[in-house]
Amino acid sequence: MSVKGYQRKLDVENGRVDLSHGSGGRAMAQLISGLFHQAFGNEWLARCNDQSAFDVTAGRMVMTTDGYVVSPLFFPGGNIGSLAVHGTINDVAMSGARPLYLSASFIIEEGFPFSDLKAIADSMGAAARSAGVYIIAGDTKVVERGKADGLFISTTGIGIVADGLDLSADKARVGDRVLVSGSLGDHGVAIMSKRQNVPFQTEVVSDSVALHNLVAVMVAAGGSAIRVMRDPTRGGLAATLNEIAHQSELGFRLQEASIPVKPAVAATCELLGLDPIHVANEGKLVAIVAPDLADAVLAAMKAHPLGSDAADIGEAVADNRKFVQMATGFGGRRIVDWLWGEQLPRIC
Amino acid sequence: MKYADEFRDKAIAQGIARAIGAEVSSQRAYRFMEFCGGHTHAISRYGLEDLLPANVRMIHGPGCPVCVLPASRIDMAIRLVDRPEVTLCVYGDLMRAPGSQGQSLLRAKALGADIRMVYSTLDAIRLVEQAPSREVVFFAIGFETTTPPTAVMIRIAEEKRLKGLSVFCNHVLTPSAMHSILENPKIRDTGGVPIDGFIGPAHVSTIIGTQPYEPLAEQFGKPIVIAGFEPLDVMQAILMLVRQVNEDRYEVENQYSRAVTRGGNRRAKDEVSQIFELREQFEWRGLGLVPNSGLKLKRAYAQFDAETRFAIHDLRVADNPACECCAILRGAKRPVECKLFGTVCTPETPIGSCMVSSEGACAAYWTYGRVRDEPLRRTS
Repeated sequence: MSVKGYQRKLDVENGRVDLSHGSGGRAMAQLISGLFHQAFGNEWLARCNDQSAFDVTAGRMVMTTDGYVVSPLFFPGGNIGSLAVHGTINDVAMSGARPLYLSASFIIEEGFPFSDLKAIADSMGAAARSAGVYIIAGDTKVVERGKADGLFISTTGIGIVADGLDLSADKARVGDRVLVSGSLGDHGVAIMSKRQNVPFQTEVVSDSVALHNLVAVMVAAGGSAIRVMRDPTRGGLAATLNEIAHQSELGFRLQEASIPVKPAVAATCELLGLDPIHVANEGKLVAIVAPDLADAVLAAMKAHPLGSDAADIGEAVADNRKFVQMATGFGGRRIVDWLWGEQLPRIC
Repeated sequence: MKYADEFRDKAIAQGIARAIGAEVSSQRAYRFMEFCGGHTHAISRYGLEDLLPANVRMIHGPGCPVCVLPASRIDMAIRLVDRPEVTLCVYGDLMRAPGSQGQSLLRAKALGADIRMVYSTLDAIRLVEQAPSREVVFFAIGFETTTPPTAVMIRIAEEKRLKGLSVFCNHVLTPSAMHSILENPKIRDTGGVPIDGFIGPAHVSTIIGTQPYEPLAEQFGKPIVIAGFEPLDVMQAILMLVRQVNEDRYEVENQYSRAVTRGGNRRAKDEVSQIFELREQFEWRGLGLVPNSGLKLKRAYAQFDAETRFAIHDLRVADNPACECCAILRGAKRPVECKLFGTVCTPETPIGSCMVSSEGACAAYWTYGRVRDEPLRRTS
């Protein structure tokens, strides 16, 4: 299908999505071919089927899905489109897998500008290409004005795991080390700084990035000594470690002084009464690694551009109460609990 | 982080801890109340109690605005926002504060009430300018620190002739509450311990200065040290209190001299006194009706007073009888001595308001100190 088949060109500059673009008729076909196919361009989409077929090699596959409702849609360091690609790639990669394909579903509010939609789709295409992943299936729906906040995106991803690798959050063992790949809280603070009712400026940009290449070097260095990997998104490091503590039935003891936090993020959190370990990340991972190979994995992380600030921040300990505890930089200790509710709504 | 990290230095903290350890007398106990939730938070967040000798005990006072707000005021706010024309602006902490029947503003919002979380009084101005047909009500809450911004909001509303804006005023006064704690015979009735001294408010004192505490120190013979909210501030204030107790002194001392003066912030005080006046009494959770402890709008500003404008009347409602918030807020009990603590009352399902705000004594214990108090729970 080519754009030439339509009477009028899609007015990307000034046009807006209307209800006809979700109706299944010519307008929708034009939107899909003129905007999404151009942005995502690959051999699967070019065949214009309701599904895409691909060959698989023998082995274990992983699959994940995620919805993106971030507000604002554009933020320092990315937008909802790049986030929807990175986030789902990362969920696949946390199993140690190599991500292969994505699908993307768009729920668009009537009146949404084509120019924004194009910018978002283009950045999805760019994010997928630079990650070596293809968006091979999609869907578009348009809802009436007021029924969605601009645009919601759902992405599903699949990937393939190397033989012998079986990471799972119930596999942490007492004595394992806790590694993080870099500074915490960047994404949440970047989003927060763009909310209209937060009148301050910061140079912090979202850390949104695909982590599977970092994961690959870690797997090469540590193999099955890597017991668990998670990307600490909503709820931050605190939520992630509490989840792992419950699933693995043990506790963690952290050293606050070892946890990397950028000064601008620490300062913003201070102003807003937030704790960086509760703030979301979109380009960081937490790895629980057997002690004998922890240093090797950490060295591999530090040698990779996405892990240059990686740190060993603590260890898994026996604790039937499954508490995450932290030695404070001040010489006391405290509990690191889950958040009670939403700290910042709609950050991803 | 400039102006923060310097006040969180571990080596200096340990130096002060050693000084406290060397100067306390083993013959007696030292019981100090930190009035403010901000201090409670710092003590828990940095694990300061681990640095103190066993005979120095901190008692967590009522200086958390959400915690001392009685359930009746939440009920009144929910009634107010039941009116279809009303948009209610609140600070985020307040959303989960429990009303008398377990309802909250968060739940009212889910049921369709127009409630907006704001970060500043100026957000309310913006809202009313954007939606001139709405009745925008600002849920004003807090001690002397948050009162000046409310006063400024009303002044701006008057200058701009914003007819749709009003204030549901719950501003309260720190010295009156301290007076009530020291005077209240109920503290003795509930087995409360005598207090040997106070860590006085940080932010509140930047506005009112240190002078208003002088009559309290004199009348009740209790030392008061005004301190900042950083952990080193708190440690130093404890050392200063120990010295006063050891020397039988009861003075108002200013540890937070980088921000607080004796006279306070005159401009802010002027803004407040132009617009607000004393209520005869105001209900505090835990302290009951405290005379001259709350503010209301002056008659000249009645058009901005939501209570007048919507004719909402004072409600009186009973708290959950098993909830020990009252005793905890007065320093008579510790959070772990409440039967509800950690059982039915948790930050996810708060019964009392001490569990709601992150500055509340119960929430601070729950979040940062559960482990430390576990043995105590088992034996009690």
